[in-house]
Amino acid sequence: MRLLVALALVLGLTAAAEPRATLPDIEDEVMCVECRTALNVSSAPVADQERAFIRARIAEGMTKEQIKAALVEEYGPDVLAEPGDDGFDLAAWVVPGALVALAAGGVILLARRWRRKPGPAPAAGPDLDPDEARRLDAELTAFDR
Amino acid sequence: MRPRVYWPVSFAAAALVALLTYGVTSTGPDTSIDERLADGERVEAPVADLPRLGSGGTGSLADHQGKVVVLNVWASWCPPCVEEMPLLQRTHERIAARGGMVLGIDTQDASEDALDFLRDHEIDFPSLRDRDREYGRALGVSGYPETFVIDRQGRIVAVRRGPVTRRWLDDHLDPLLGERA
Repeated sequence: MRLLVALALVLGLTAAAEPRATLPDIEDEVMCVECRTALNVSSAPVADQERAFIRARIAEGMTKEQIKAALVEEYGPDVLAEPGDDGFDLAAWVVPGALVALAAGGVILLARRWRRKPGPAPAAGPDLDPDEARRLDAELTAFDR
Repeated sequence: MRPRVYWPVSFAAAALVALLTYGVTSTGPDTSIDERLADGERVEAPVADLPRLGSGGTGSLADHQGKVVVLNVWASWCPPCVEEMPLLQRTHERIAARGGMVLGIDTQDASEDALDFLRDHEIDFPSLRDRDREYGRALGVSGYPETFVIDRQGRIVAVRRGPVTRRWLDDHLDPLLGERA
């Protein structure tokens, strides 16, 4: 019995801790189903209806996730501003990952190539003729004194 | 660019272009019904089980086989749909005795709003719910309202991509209502 009471208290506290849903917080995760733009930038009549639907659910005390589930129930999965996980929609998940993998592969390939390439040989100056060499030695000796 | 790098990059670029092309071409409305109707054909209407608006269970166009059906795709938030509703209701009443009816397809609409709308405008022809326009896509629907005239064998005879007029309905319904099932 005590365990049940404690569990109920924990669940109650968790529910209370969940922030209250707001229209701006939901609008940017939802699409205008007819015009296919984000709801927060749409002024189409159906977008007004969707906003009214969200406001009504907020007034009923629903959480953000519950409201999104209710939207899907009413308008279908395309109402959410995230691509589905089947058919052509799958490309939206796969292509960015594939591009990142391709870019990473390219960087690794280039890095390995750079590492393997021998560095440029140190620049060698022109050879001194014997007279110049003798004069240079003399000057250096005088400098050391 | 060296051949070893050139080919994978070319392949990736070609694959991206192909994906984009497919994405762009596959999102347009299907115009095959319009093309076949323009050739004088009658086109088998797509059939799908859809939830009944305002009552439990599902229904479909197939439930009305043997009747001439005016299939109207509508939404309560669509002003032209609202405007043509009284004409469709009158048509429903007018053709009922001759084996005809209007069947609504309420699309991308909040069901409470749709029911309020039907009550407010005293519309009593049945409607099915196509919540995400899946059925509409099979009909090539690209906007609202759209209306299909369907013969007693379930074949589309005419389509109106936009609001209907009394004359358009009469022109297509009168000959069909005279046909036998």
